[in-house]
Amino acid sequence: MTAAVRAELARWPASLKVGSASFALIVLTGLFAPWLTAYDPYTQDLANFLQPPSWQHPFGTDQVGRDVFTRVLYGIRIDLQIGFLTTYVPMSYGLLLGALAGYLGGWFDTVLMRLLDVAVAFPFLVLIIVIIAILGPGVHTIYIAVFILAWTMYARLARSEMLVERGKDYVLAARTLGYPTSRVIFRHAMPNVINSSIVFSMADFVLNILLVSGLSFLGLGVEAPLPEWGAMIAEGRDFIFDAWWIATLPGLAIVLTGVSLSLIGDGLAHRLGQRQRSFL
Amino acid sequence: MTTTAPLLNVAGLCIEFRTGDAVVRANADVSFTLTAGRTLGVVGESGSGKSVLCRSLLGLIPSPPGFVTAGSVRFEGGELLGLDEAGLRRVRGTAIAMIFQNPMSGLNPVWPVGDQISEGLRVHRGLASRDARARAVALMQQVGIPSPEKRYDEYPHQWSGGMLQRAMIAMAMACEPRLLLADEPTTALDATIQDQILALLVELQERTGMAMILVSHDMAVIAETSDEVAVMYAGRIVELASTAAVFRAPRHPYTLGLLGSIPRNTGDTRLRPIPGQPPNLVELGPGCSFADRCVFTSAECRVTPAALRPVGPAHLSACLFPERMTAASA
Amino acid sequence: MAILEYIVGRILQMVPVLFGVSLVAFLCIHLVPGDPVQIMMHGRATPEVLATVRAELGLDQPLPEQYLRFIGGAIVGDLGKSIIQKAPVNEIIGERLGPSLFLLVYSAVLAVLFALPLAVVAALRAERLIDHSIRILGVVGFAMPPFWIGLLLMVLFGLVLNWFPISGYGDSFVEHLWHLFLPSVTIAVFLAPLLVQSLRSAMLDVMTADYIEVARAKGLSRRRIVVKHVLRNAAIPVVTVLAVNIGWLLGGAVIVEYVFAFPGLGSLLVRAVGFRDYPVIQGLTLVFAVIVMIINLLADLSYMAIDRRVLRR
Repeated sequence: MTAAVRAELARWPASLKVGSASFALIVLTGLFAPWLTAYDPYTQDLANFLQPPSWQHPFGTDQVGRDVFTRVLYGIRIDLQIGFLTTYVPMSYGLLLGALAGYLGGWFDTVLMRLLDVAVAFPFLVLIIVIIAILGPGVHTIYIAVFILAWTMYARLARSEMLVERGKDYVLAARTLGYPTSRVIFRHAMPNVINSSIVFSMADFVLNILLVSGLSFLGLGVEAPLPEWGAMIAEGRDFIFDAWWIATLPGLAIVLTGVSLSLIGDGLAHRLGQRQRSFL
Repeated sequence: MTTTAPLLNVAGLCIEFRTGDAVVRANADVSFTLTAGRTLGVVGESGSGKSVLCRSLLGLIPSPPGFVTAGSVRFEGGELLGLDEAGLRRVRGTAIAMIFQNPMSGLNPVWPVGDQISEGLRVHRGLASRDARARAVALMQQVGIPSPEKRYDEYPHQWSGGMLQRAMIAMAMACEPRLLLADEPTTALDATIQDQILALLVELQERTGMAMILVSHDMAVIAETSDEVAVMYAGRIVELASTAAVFRAPRHPYTLGLLGSIPRNTGDTRLRPIPGQPPNLVELGPGCSFADRCVFTSAECRVTPAALRPVGPAHLSACLFPERMTAASA
Repeated sequence: MAILEYIVGRILQMVPVLFGVSLVAFLCIHLVPGDPVQIMMHGRATPEVLATVRAELGLDQPLPEQYLRFIGGAIVGDLGKSIIQKAPVNEIIGERLGPSLFLLVYSAVLAVLFALPLAVVAALRAERLIDHSIRILGVVGFAMPPFWIGLLLMVLFGLVLNWFPISGYGDSFVEHLWHLFLPSVTIAVFLAPLLVQSLRSAMLDVMTADYIEVARAKGLSRRRIVVKHVLRNAAIPVVTVLAVNIGWLLGGAVIVEYVFAFPGLGSLLVRAVGFRDYPVIQGLTLVFAVIVMIINLLADLSYMAIDRRVLRR
C-alpha cells in the first residue's frame, strides 16, 4: 500500500506537489485557527485601532482594533467553504446533464444546448448580480445564483468530451456487448469524460473565490462583520492610505490560495494526461 | 569538364537521438557521393534512417534530441555540418530544396497557395511581389497546375493532394536548386497520381540538370527514377550500387527481401514479406543488425561488425557472406 | 458569395439566443419575491403612488402583453423609464456605453501588448527557466482579485507617485487614455495570463506542424517563420478563447469600474442593484448580453478572415 502511494507520488509533477502541500497547509491553518491566534475575529479593541504590523499583531489591526491576522485565518474557513461548494455542487449535476446530452443527443441535447447558448450570452457576474438584485444580498443568494448558473460550464465541457468518447471503439464495444445504456455511460465513458472537468474545477475554484470576494467587495455578498477576505478588503479600502495592511494582507491570502489551487490544476492536467486547458 | 567533382559527398555520418537515458543511432557511418544531374534512390523500411539522413543534410533535425556525432557533408566543396542557422538558411531553399511526404499538411492552411510558392523568391531573391507572383505562376504552369493565374489565390484546403504536391514541387523549384531532396514524395498519394508526380520530377530534373535524392520505401518507385540505389537498414547503408546492378544482382539479403516484396504482375504474384520486425535501434548488438531476420545467417553474423565494402565493380555491400546468396540462387 | 452566406447564417443564429436573452431580462423583475414596486420605493410610498408607478411601468397588464411591449420597445431602443433616476433607461445607459466600450477595448489592447511578447518567449523557450517563470507569473496574475490589484495600483501610481488620475474619464481621446490607464491595466493583468497561456500552447501546437518544417526547409528566418507562419495560425484558437471568455472579462470590468468610480455600465449596474432600480437592471442585462453576442460575432468573423476553412461547411 505504501509502495503504491510512493509510486503514485513519484509520478506527480512538481506543481502538483507544491500546490497540494501549500493548499493542505492553508486548510489546516483554517481548521486550527483558534489555536494559532490569541485573538477573537469579532472582538473589537477600540484602544488599539489601526495599529501597524508588529510582533503582537503581525498583520496589524483594523479600524475597530480587531487583529487582521486572526480575521485572515478565520477567513480561510469562509472563503474555502463557499469556494468549494460553489465549485463542486454545480459540477456534479453539470457533468451529469452534459454527459447525458452528449451521449443521448435528441431533444434533450437540443433543449440543453439552447439553454447553454442563452447562459453564455450573459457575462456570468452580471447574471449573478441580477439574481442578487432579485433575491437580496447575502451568502444564501450567492449559493442560489451560482447553483442556477455555474453548472452550464461543466455541462458544456462534459457534453463535448462525451461526443468524442461516444464515437470511440471501447464505447461501441460496450454497446455491442449489450450492456445497459446507464452502464455504458457511467462505468465506461464517464471516467474519461470527467478528467477535463476535474482539471477545470481547480481554475473554477479560484474564480469562485475571486467571485465571492468580489461580490463582498461590492457589498453584495458576505456581510460584515464576517471575516470574509473580499469584505475585509472593502472595509480596508477607506483606510488604505493610512493603514495599507487592512486591505493588502487579505488580498495576499486570496493570491496564495489561488496560486496553490492553480498549481494543483496545472499538475493534475499533466498527471491525468489532459491537454493543458486554458483557465476557462 | 571531364572530371566531374561530386556535387555532394557524405562521409561517415553518424546521427543519434537521445531521449532520457536511451540513445538511438538513427544514422551510423553513412557515406555516399552524388554527381550533379544524377539521382540517388534511398530505400528502406520506415525507421531505417532515410528521412533522418535527408533532414540532416539541411540541418532540419531538431536538437535536442538529435545530434550529429561524426562525419562530414560537403556540398559543392563546402562543409554543411556545423553551419549556423544563418549559414544553413543560405543553402536551404536555394542550393538545396526539399519536398515532403504529406502535401496535405505541408502547406500553411491560412495562406494562399501561390503566396507560399513565391515566398522563397521574395525572401531569397528579393523579388518584388508582382515579379515574384509572375514567376510563381510560371512555375505553377511548369509543374502542371492548370490555370495557375486563377489558382494562385486559392487556399490549400481547396486543392487535391496531387495538386498540392505539385505546388510543393513548384515551391522547391522556385530558386532553381542544384539538389532536390524528395522524402517519400508519392507515399501519401493515390497510385495513379504517384506516377504523374514521379514523371514530373524526372522531367524537371532533365530540364534543369539538378541532382536528386529520392527517399522511398517502395522499390518500384526507385527503379523508375534512380541512377543509383542506397539500401538502408537500421541506420546503415547496407548496399550501394547502380540501380541496374542492384535489381539484377543484389548483394545483400535485405535488398533481396525488399525486391521479393514488390508485387509483380507477371509470374509469382504472391507478396513475400521479410519475416520479423526491424530491430530496436536502442539495443543493437555488435554484429550485423539484419542477422535475426536473415535466411542466410550464421553465428558469426551476430558477433562480427558488418561494414560496407566492395563486393564487385562499383558495388558495395555490408553483408559478411554475399557469396551465400549467389550460391542459393545458382 | 460564400463569405456573405456565412455572415448572414451566423447572424440568423443569433435570433433564438436573442429571444432567450430578452426573456431572461424581462422576467427578472417578475421573479422578485413580493411586490417589486414596493421594494423599489423602499416601502415609503402610499398605495396611490404605488398604483401609479405600477401603471407607468405597465406592470398592471397581463404578462404576454408586457413582454411584447418590452421587446417591441427594445427593438426601437426604448428600454422604459427609471423611476428612481427619473430618466429614460436608454439615455442613462447610452451615456455610459461609450466609456465602458472604450475601457474594454483599451484593456484588451493592453492585455495583448503584455501577453504577446511573453507568450512568444515562453513558446520559443518552452520548458526552460524563462518559460516556467512566465507560467508562474501567469498563475499569480490569475489569482489576484481585480479589485485588489486596482486598489493597489490606485494607491501606488495614483496617490503615492501621483502619475495617473484615480478616477474619471476625461474629455479628449488622449485624456481618456490617461484617465483609463490604471483601470485598463487592472483588467489587462487579469486577462493577460489567459492570453499568454492559450497563445503559448497554440504556438507549440503549430510549431510541430509539417508546414513549419517546410518553411524551415525553404530557408526562411526564424523571425519570419514565427511572425508569418506560426502566429497567424496560433491566433485562431486564441481568438476563440478570448471570445469564450468575454463574459468573464466584462464581469471583471464591472468590479474594476466600481473600484475606480468609473462612469461606465458596470458601476451603473452596482448602483442600480443598490437602489433596486429594476428597469435599469433589466436594460443593462439586455445590453450586456448584446455586447457579448456582438463580440462573439466579431470573433467568428475575424476567425473567418484568418482561416477560410470555416467557409467549407
